[in-house]
Amino acid sequence: MNFADSASAMKNLLGSEGDSQRTLYPYVTGTSVVAIKYKDGILIAADMGGSYGSTLRYKTVERLKPVGKHSVIGASGEISDFQEIMRYLDELILYDNMWDDGNSLGPKEVHNYLTRVMYNRRNKFNPLWNSLVLGGVKNGQKYLGTVSMIGVQYEDSHVATGFGNHLARPILRDEWHENLTYEEGVKLLEKCMRVLLYRDRSAVNKLQIAKITEEGFTISQPYSLKTFWDFAAFKNPTVGAEGSW
Amino acid sequence: MSPNDFKTGQDAKHWAEDPRVRDEHRERERERERGDTYKFVESIHFCCTIKFTMFRNQYDTDVTTWSPAGRLFQVEYAMEAVKQGSAAIGLRSKTHVVLACVNKANSELSSHQKKIFKVDDHIGVAIAGLTADGRVLSRYMRNECINYSYTYESPLPVGRLVVQLADKAQVCTQRSWKRPYGVGLLVGGLDESGAHLYYNCPSGNYFEYQAFAIGSRSQAAKTYLERKFESFVDSSRENLIKDALFALRETLQGEKLTSSICTISIVGVGEAFHTLDQETVQGLINEFEVVGEEPPADEAAPPEQGAGTEAALAPAAPAAAAADEGAPADQGVAPMDI
Repeated sequence: MNFADSASAMKNLLGSEGDSQRTLYPYVTGTSVVAIKYKDGILIAADMGGSYGSTLRYKTVERLKPVGKHSVIGASGEISDFQEIMRYLDELILYDNMWDDGNSLGPKEVHNYLTRVMYNRRNKFNPLWNSLVLGGVKNGQKYLGTVSMIGVQYEDSHVATGFGNHLARPILRDEWHENLTYEEGVKLLEKCMRVLLYRDRSAVNKLQIAKITEEGFTISQPYSLKTFWDFAAFKNPTVGAEGSW
Repeated sequence: MSPNDFKTGQDAKHWAEDPRVRDEHRERERERERGDTYKFVESIHFCCTIKFTMFRNQYDTDVTTWSPAGRLFQVEYAMEAVKQGSAAIGLRSKTHVVLACVNKANSELSSHQKKIFKVDDHIGVAIAGLTADGRVLSRYMRNECINYSYTYESPLPVGRLVVQLADKAQVCTQRSWKRPYGVGLLVGGLDESGAHLYYNCPSGNYFEYQAFAIGSRSQAAKTYLERKFESFVDSSRENLIKDALFALRETLQGEKLTSSICTISIVGVGEAFHTLDQETVQGLINEFEVVGEEPPADEAAPPEQGAGTEAALAPAAPAAAAADEGAPADQGVAPMDI
C-alpha cells in the first residue's frame, strides 16, 4: 500500500515534467533580417520565405510589422512564436493608446519590453524561438536594436539576425555610414540581401523593405532582386576545393 | 411589526426634517450657490456638531453608506484630515516644479516628520494629512516607477502615475472593509510632455494645477498663488523657488520663515528631483527678502500688515486667516499629523 502510494507520487513528480509543453525546436522559420540607420531614420529588410525544416514551404510570410506609430519589428526564427509576440505587442500598444494622454511607447521602450519577454521565457526554459530587430524614430531620435531568443540585446547602427550576422554585417561594416540617403540605404540593403540570397539556402527572392522616419513608417510591397547565376564559381562551386567531389 | 416600521420609526427620523438642521442646511446651500466654498466646508464642522449633540449621524459610520443628500461622510472626513496637516505647496513653470512644505515638530523634544518624498529621478511628492498614509502611498509610487523603468527603461509619465494613485484611493471609498487614505498629495514631475503638478485627494479625485496649496492655512498661500500664477509658466527656476517661499510664508501667520521650519524640493529639465539643503534654503530666504523690498522687521509681523509686494494681498489674507481659525484643530499641533 505504502509502496503503491510512493510509486504513484514518484510517477506524478516525473510526470509533471513530461506533461509540460515547451518549444524544443522550431517548426516553420524565417531567415535573416538586416537593418540599418540612414540619414532620416531606419531601413529594415527581410525576405518572405517560411521554411518547414529545410523545405521552403511558404513564400509570402510577412516578417516586418509595425508596432505603434514610431517602430517596426523584424523577426527571424519560428513564425508562430513571432505571431504570438505580435499579439503581445498589439495588446501593449492598444493599452498604451487607451491612456489617450499624449504619451506613447517609442522604439526604445518596445525593445526593452521585448528583451524582458524573451529573457523571461528563456528562464522558464520555454523560449520564444526568434531573433528580433526593432527599429524606429521618436522625437528625432533614431533607434535600432536587436534581441535574441535568450534575451541578449544590443543597439547598433546596423544589425542583422542569423546568417545576416555572418554575411551582411561585414559588408555593412565596410560600406555603412551615418549620412546614407534613402536610395543609398536601400541599395546597400539590397546588396546584403543578394549575398544572402546566393549563399543562404533558406532565403527566397521575394523581400520587403520597411522605412521608418519621424513622419511614420512604410512597408514596401514584396519585390524581387535581379540575380546573375552565370559566375563560374556558381556553376561548379567545388572545383578545386580539396576533399570534395 | 414589519421591518419597514423600523425605518419610519421615531428613532430613525430623518435629521433633515428637523427645522434647525434644515435651516442650517438651506443657508449652506445658498452659500454654496454663491460660490462661498469656504463657508460650505465649515458647515461640515457645524453640521457634525449639531448632529452629534442632538442626533447621531446615521450615515457616517462606514465609508460605503450614502447619506440621503448624496454624500459620503467618511470620505468627507478623510478630506478634512488633509486640512489638518501642516501646509504643502507646489508650483510649476514650463521646465520646473517646486514643492515646498512647512515642517512642524509636534513636541519640543522631537524632530519633525518628513513631508516631501522623492519618488524617482523625475517625480517627487509633498503631502499633507496623515504622514503614515503618505508614506504608504509614496512607497507604492516608487514601486510603480521602478517597475515601469524595469520593463521599458524609461521614466513613467507623471499623469499615468497620478491616475493609478487616484484609482487606488478610489477603491478605498467603495469597500466596506477599508478606509480612505487621510492624506492629500501634491505630485510634481517631469516627463516628455513637460513639467506637471497634480493634486491627489482621499476621495480618489485628482486635478492638474499650475500652482496649488494644501494643508492648514493653505488658503493664504492659495490667495498668493492665485494672484501670481499667470507669470509662473515662463518663470525662471530661481523665481519659482522665490514664489514658493513667499507662498509658504503666507501659511505661517506672521511666524518668521526660517529654513528650519520648511523644506524646498525641485525637479526640472536637467535637474533630478532633490531637496535643497538647509543652508541653501536659508541663503535663498535671506536673498529674496532683499529682492522683495521688505524691511526685515516686517517678517515677524502678521501678513495683513505686509508692505511692498505683499500689500495687495492684505485685504484677502485676514479674511482667509480668520476663517481658518474656525477650524478647531488649527491651533498648535494638528492631531491628525501625529
